[in-house]
Amino acid sequence: MLRFLLTRAALVIPTFLGITLVAFFLIRLVPGDPIETMAGERGIDPARHAALRTAYGFDRPVLVQYAIYLERLAHGDLGRSISTQEPVAGEFASLFPATVELGVCAILFALALGLPAGILAAVRRNSIFDHGVMGLSLTGYSMPIFWWGLLLILLFSVKLGWTPVSGRIDVQYFIEPVTGFLLIDSLLADEAGAFGSAVAHLVLPAIVLGTVPLAVIARMTRSAMLEVLGEDYIRTARAKGLPAFRVVALHALRNALIPVVTVIGLQVGVLFTGAILTETIFSWPGIGKWLIEAIGRRDYPVLQGGILLIGAVVMGVNLAVDLTYGLVNPRIRHTR
Amino acid sequence: MSAELLDVPAAAAAAAPPHPLREFWTAFRANRGAVIGLAVIAAVLLMAALADLVAPHAPNLTNNDAFLRPPFWQEGGSLAYPLGTDAIGRDILSRLIYGARLSLSIGIAVVALSIVVGTMLGLVAGFFGGAVGIAIMRLMDIVLTLPSLLLAIVIVAILGPGLMNAMLAVAVVVLPHYVRIARAAVLSETAKDYVTAARVSGAGTLRLMLREVLPNCAAPLIVQASLGVSTAILDAAALGFLGLGAQPPSPEWGTMLADAREFVLRAWWVVTFPGLTILVTVLAFNLVGDGLRDALDPKLKR
Repeated sequence: MLRFLLTRAALVIPTFLGITLVAFFLIRLVPGDPIETMAGERGIDPARHAALRTAYGFDRPVLVQYAIYLERLAHGDLGRSISTQEPVAGEFASLFPATVELGVCAILFALALGLPAGILAAVRRNSIFDHGVMGLSLTGYSMPIFWWGLLLILLFSVKLGWTPVSGRIDVQYFIEPVTGFLLIDSLLADEAGAFGSAVAHLVLPAIVLGTVPLAVIARMTRSAMLEVLGEDYIRTARAKGLPAFRVVALHALRNALIPVVTVIGLQVGVLFTGAILTETIFSWPGIGKWLIEAIGRRDYPVLQGGILLIGAVVMGVNLAVDLTYGLVNPRIRHTR
Repeated sequence: MSAELLDVPAAAAAAAPPHPLREFWTAFRANRGAVIGLAVIAAVLLMAALADLVAPHAPNLTNNDAFLRPPFWQEGGSLAYPLGTDAIGRDILSRLIYGARLSLSIGIAVVALSIVVGTMLGLVAGFFGGAVGIAIMRLMDIVLTLPSLLLAIVIVAILGPGLMNAMLAVAVVVLPHYVRIARAAVLSETAKDYVTAARVSGAGTLRLMLREVLPNCAAPLIVQASLGVSTAILDAAALGFLGLGAQPPSPEWGTMLADAREFVLRAWWVVTFPGLTILVTVLAFNLVGDGLRDALDPKLKR
């Protein structure tokens, strides 16, 4: 197990370095520099432009800039945003909980519907319910989520007026950030109204972001369950006279969950892509929206830091999934 | 004894397996969803090819007397504009029909580009291994680690917004899937006897790669390609929606949605139909992809 851990961890380092390279150089290929972009249409005096470039170190050779960047990175310094002058790590830390809150709720929504739907579809194979679940999940998988979000806004916010259109919470509430997760913070502050408002703001974005994972989880659960239900030990369990529920819920589900766990882990990268679109549609103040705006402003430190941190999160989750995999499936623990 | 020997080929001939294509078609046809998907794709293709004949209006023709006209079954709608008009009086149905040309060519071009480049890289990585192989696979890992849309947006920012650049960006982003599939197929195929036999009989590396191994990796690549068309259409539409893909007044479906966003409160049809068209087209490609997978690669059947 330790050996497996070490090999996996060793693989992470070159990928991480590679991401710093890609993030650093790709951003610099984008035409225009942050100073020009900030000056905008008015333009900027060439002498002042040059002075600012020197101040930010953009006049030095790119490789030197990269070396400086790596050195600071090794000390845990991600630099400051050029447009806000705030530390990148601090901005990331204040926005990241919003994205995580959205993402976690989206996955919970997907699991709450996807697991039971997949299990039932497998148990009642070829029934109308099975066909319905499979059809719906393929539809969900094919869903352009930016359109799905607009449709839900149209129905629930505009027609029915049940949910707000954008943002995280109504403006009249100010909740002191403790964890950064508004659902938790509003409960800590003991403000029921704020909690209700946060929930109302979260429902639609979480459904939109959770739609594709829901489809994937339902499909994956079904196929994994079908495979497991055909195994000999299930037949044995049935032959022993165990109730059908016990066979499905205890014997089959545990083994069927293995591929499902992997799939959920793989969804994290997909989730970030979805978060970019979802946050744009719902004006959700998270990482996706932050990065999109940073691209527009050519804010190099923000983009480098943001891409790097997201890459690190995705890699961390993938690593965690590999390890969980070993936990839920002892066979893998021993063979690797 | 000799009679028996002679009988064997005759018996084998009688039970000769059906032609691979026929076998494939039988398997594919058994999947009702896949057949429906194929029919939808054929209809969209036909619509795109015959857009000039089918579309009631020119895609960019504006009508100052018909802003935001609802579809024909609603009050105020007319059959002249079956699905209504947008904010500057263009016929939505006609734009969707012409948009099919763009979306289909995006899907096909992206897949063609990424499958050719990806397969080559995968073949090289699988055959040569070593530093080159490691470099290729690490690079693909990096691309896979970054959220695909983020990377695509950065690439579009470098190249400038537009249909072609959006296609390139999407092609880069989906590349790792093809590289991985090709490499995995190469690794499992090169271990087989027929490759050793070909090598022993003097086939060069290039011949081994292209004539011996490549045809045997075709099944998973074809499946990935048909599923890839749907991903490509979705990703390009997402870029269009963010204003980074095809630029207005182009009737690309994602771009149409971006244009329509501000009218979502007043006119549901300008938002509903482009998205529905994307959904139906993508769904059709996914259905066909599933059917292809089941028919071509029974091992993967779920």
